[in-house]
Amino acid sequence: MTSRTPSSVTALDVTRIKADFPLLQRTIRDGKRLVYLDSGATSQKPASVLDAERRFYEMHNAAVHRGAHQLGEEATDAYEGARETIARFIGAQAGDIVFTKNATEAINLVAYSLGNASFSDTAVGQSLSLQPGDRIVVTEMEHHANLIPWQELCRRTGAELAWLGVDDEGRLDLSTLDQIINDRTKVVAFTHQSNVLGTINPVSEIVARARAVKALVVLDACQSAPHMPLDVVELGVDFVAFSGHKMLGPTGIGVLWGRTEVLAAMPPFLTGGSMIETVYMDHATYADPPQRFEAGTPVAAQAVGLAAACDYLTAVGMDKVFDHEHALTSYALEGLASISGLRVIGPNNAVHRGGAVSFLVDDIHAHDVGQVLDDRGVEVRVGHHCAWPLMRRFGIAATTRASFYLYNDFSDVDALVESLDAAKSFFGVK
Amino acid sequence: MYQEIILDHYRHPVGRLILEPFDAEVHHVNPTCGDEITLRVKIDDGVVTAIGHQGQGCSISQASTSVMTELLEGRTVQQALEVEAGFLALMQSRGEGQPDEDLLEDAVAFSGVSKYPARVKCALLGWMAFKDAALQAVAQSVKDQS
Repeated sequence: MTSRTPSSVTALDVTRIKADFPLLQRTIRDGKRLVYLDSGATSQKPASVLDAERRFYEMHNAAVHRGAHQLGEEATDAYEGARETIARFIGAQAGDIVFTKNATEAINLVAYSLGNASFSDTAVGQSLSLQPGDRIVVTEMEHHANLIPWQELCRRTGAELAWLGVDDEGRLDLSTLDQIINDRTKVVAFTHQSNVLGTINPVSEIVARARAVKALVVLDACQSAPHMPLDVVELGVDFVAFSGHKMLGPTGIGVLWGRTEVLAAMPPFLTGGSMIETVYMDHATYADPPQRFEAGTPVAAQAVGLAAACDYLTAVGMDKVFDHEHALTSYALEGLASISGLRVIGPNNAVHRGGAVSFLVDDIHAHDVGQVLDDRGVEVRVGHHCAWPLMRRFGIAATTRASFYLYNDFSDVDALVESLDAAKSFFGVK
Repeated sequence: MYQEIILDHYRHPVGRLILEPFDAEVHHVNPTCGDEITLRVKIDDGVVTAIGHQGQGCSISQASTSVMTELLEGRTVQQALEVEAGFLALMQSRGEGQPDEDLLEDAVAFSGVSKYPARVKCALLGWMAFKDAALQAVAQSVKDQS
């Protein structure tokens, strides 16, 4: 297989971008070129992110929001400055950004807070509570992180879980949208872009129906915030959750954006230091958001690192990142279509689709595909991708998934396609 | 890692059937990848007379279960568990183990798998299911006799 001429040229200078990522300079499996196609799981980090974290620890490290010393002031400025940068990145106000451990915790924060709402001592807090007979709606393509917290909330409150199905192409089946999101629906939680299928979901259509029944909308943006321009005002949802490590930032930090008035009404999830207003032996009152939801010593260095990642992405331009990945995805889908016995699970074209491409190879289990690819330096994800019900929907156990980011280029896609041909020869599959 | 013997067993697995009759049945999954196995075992007078397995998994898990079936059928439960312990130790050796060929026979072909931590669970899926099923069958027969 020789490399094909890409159908379009992308806006990004990948050679220059790659040079910013120390890890991408190394080789893999005895000196082979590293072809990293697993950014959907976690992204690599540019030197500017690593430098920002290091500089924080070397120059400004102190506990945030405590103490009266200069270092404490500098650390607090760095942390709150990071909040402003990250807010700007998604068109939000800094006060509506809550830092969490990761996106999983961000979604759990919402689910547990809503679960606690029935114990709220304010009427507005009580109004968020769920009762038996109420409904929570998710989709069949959710990552476990946006499914299990809702299963558990249903279990605790007596609400019922319902979901929008997925069609054979890997798109949401919206034909029953009005029945599934019914008058008793209190929460609609769905992914902006599937981590398995790559499908980009029609946010405005779902939001319009959720608004009609006054349901809260939670958007899992783990696979969209890193890859496309995001504006929380345009999205029109109530919550957006995403992880830092998938968008060039460090592990250990996630973001929950919430609509001002909803956050203000919500009771806390985790409790302890930093989130209080006043404390007595037998009770306490709580700080305003976002502090109300940030119990314990804040993740300052990680916030600074994530802000540096946002700065990096902004400098490149999120429009260009999206266009670049779109070109890579189109090219990959063409390349994969040339391999006989290979079936893409998800849309076969790049329309309303991001750069996570899952596929099956006839008669070769995904683990074996992944192993042969790894021996050739091509790093992909295999398995159920934390979306086991979606696997069941397609009657499969696992897929191989390649996912792209701004530091990938057409030669990476070529390496993928060539390695898949090699895997087929190795296992004697025609 | 992919020894010819592994690929042979993957293409032509031994014991890939629904065993009837049987003394114990177990269902095991590998939660990290979704692979699963349903395994049945028949034990007569302390001897493993038959193993049957169904499920889906990669070449390593399928071949390992096949090799195991060939190796353990006809042995006493005690002998089979000794082989199982030897295989487990080899898999946990991170590529440093000295496989006992007299004990493990064809199963030594999986030594290379122990160098890939992510694949060790694949190789062990069938073995863990067998151990579970054999112990359940033995416990049941003790209960039946008392």
